[in-house]
Amino acid sequence: MAHKHETPSLDESFDFSPELRKKLIISAIIGIAMVALGAFLIQNHWSIGVWDSGHGAEHGGGSQHDGGDHHGATLFSRIIANIWMNSVYFLGISVVGVFFLSYNYVAKAGWYTTFKRVPEAFPSFIIVPAVIMLALFLYPETRHIIFHWTHHGIMEVGSENYDKIIAGKSWYLNFPFFLVRMIAYFAIWYYLWSQIRKYSLLEDETSDLAYYYKSRNFAKMFLIFFAVTSSTAAWDFSMSIDTHWFSTMFGWYHLASWHVAGLAAMMLAILLLKDKGYLKAVTFSSIHDLGKLMFGFSVFWTYVWFSQFLLIFYANLPEETIYFRERFTGHGGRYFAPFIINLLLNFVFPFLILMARDSKRNRVFLKLACGSILIGHWFDFYQIQMPGIAKDQGGIGIIEWGTTLTFASLFIYFVANQLSKANLIAKNHPFIEESLHHEI
Amino acid sequence: MTDNKYIVGIFNDEDVVMDAVQKIRSKGIKIHEVFCPYPVHGLDHALGYERPRMGVSAFLFGITGTCLAFLLTFWTLGIDWPMNIGGKNFFPFPTNIPIVFELTVLLAAFGMSFTFFFMEGLGPSVKPIIFDIRSTDDKFAMAIDLNKNTVSDSEITAFLSEFGAEEVNVKEV
Repeated sequence: MAHKHETPSLDESFDFSPELRKKLIISAIIGIAMVALGAFLIQNHWSIGVWDSGHGAEHGGGSQHDGGDHHGATLFSRIIANIWMNSVYFLGISVVGVFFLSYNYVAKAGWYTTFKRVPEAFPSFIIVPAVIMLALFLYPETRHIIFHWTHHGIMEVGSENYDKIIAGKSWYLNFPFFLVRMIAYFAIWYYLWSQIRKYSLLEDETSDLAYYYKSRNFAKMFLIFFAVTSSTAAWDFSMSIDTHWFSTMFGWYHLASWHVAGLAAMMLAILLLKDKGYLKAVTFSSIHDLGKLMFGFSVFWTYVWFSQFLLIFYANLPEETIYFRERFTGHGGRYFAPFIINLLLNFVFPFLILMARDSKRNRVFLKLACGSILIGHWFDFYQIQMPGIAKDQGGIGIIEWGTTLTFASLFIYFVANQLSKANLIAKNHPFIEESLHHEI
Repeated sequence: MTDNKYIVGIFNDEDVVMDAVQKIRSKGIKIHEVFCPYPVHGLDHALGYERPRMGVSAFLFGITGTCLAFLLTFWTLGIDWPMNIGGKNFFPFPTNIPIVFELTVLLAAFGMSFTFFFMEGLGPSVKPIIFDIRSTDDKFAMAIDLNKNTVSDSEITAFLSEFGAEEVNVKEV
């Protein structure tokens, strides 16, 4: 018969070796040490790295009063900004794991079933950014650094800090409501993932279809919840940093950025696992399809980014253009380079490299595109959040590399740990046969 | 019109026809075409088709659209009738992108469709050869052009029956 395929064994377990554990923990510690070293060097007026700021750290003043801000940034603001930015970025990549599963469950898609366990492992990392972000929000000093709207008296008439525009947003941006929202996002995202995960693991033991239907119900719930919270989380975590400014495109833009970064992380994880000899059942037809999604959503991100930019450019209203003005020329022009790199790495490079059919089936090209998208969206979150928090103290140097290294190591640790807990292939999923014979 | 003679094998099953395609080709017989009631995965590989070069036409038509759209906006808003919109330059780059994008997509899509119709010889007045009307319902029809093969028709008929054809007809067009 013509449809013969050699079906590889579906029983594979990922071995999270103690050496790898040790390496990841050491690199996380190295990251923290790098942050300390970077901070020490800047304190002592030595600067290393591109666009690294080496002055004004100890004054706490020197703010350029851009965007109606009355508080200067310090070196500490820069470190806090880094932690917040990486938390939001890696939180996004993690939550996209369950987002990806959910829309594929609801669409009754079968092509992705062979590598289903990879996105399924991502959301276990949600805990780490959740704890960090809650801590940063609950501690008053860091809260004031990140969120301008939390300053004392900013919403009280008569206070010297009173800001009419920010006071008008007090029904949404206030401490208790914000805290409740944050906890709700983390708790419900994590809970819905853990249910989908639980039933997926139970499915491995018995091939009962009931688990599939249960997972599907949780996937529906997640999609409905995430439809709203992906936007509100974007407003809370990123847009409220530049409190005066707002954009109706922002939720989409933020989700598009998270989504394509998550897809690139999935692809990279699959390719690395395949290089190590795992995931033999994943064919290049499935990888090709994931590559198409990556290509499509990097174009989608550009589309949304441009839609936001064009409206603001055309309308030319000062309260809206301030956002781009701050990134073009504000703070001594230090955010212009990340702004341009963002577009090059997230659109131009993946667009050219992933266009051809063969490059979506080629490990080297795919890895290049994944790297470009992952670094590119790191820059995206950098230029979303840094100008509002780190202001004239922002830069890209040892501190940034160190924070990112720590987060990336922890993320890999959590994902690898989760992968090692179950069979690498969802062998009793009802669509596994379809996925094994997927051919395009 | 009796110069073109085809031998048409009728098959009942997707897997049998796939198998037969490979066996017939391994005998050195060229297959004109296989007609199926629905798309069969892998049949194009089995028949040894080259990958379509639709992408080339998409690129050429697309780049034509890009250039036309740029010329259009540049000439109308930049040269022929410059207008002051919101204090911008007369030819601001970002505002042209939607037009350029749309015309690129439009021309690429139309260009690809018409290239496809032209290459496949499809059109309003064209009458395609129907080898067996049942291939639009539930049968698979394999057509072999006798003029392009050196193997005799009795041999081809024998092979087709051997490889699972339900019936073998001769069609002259």
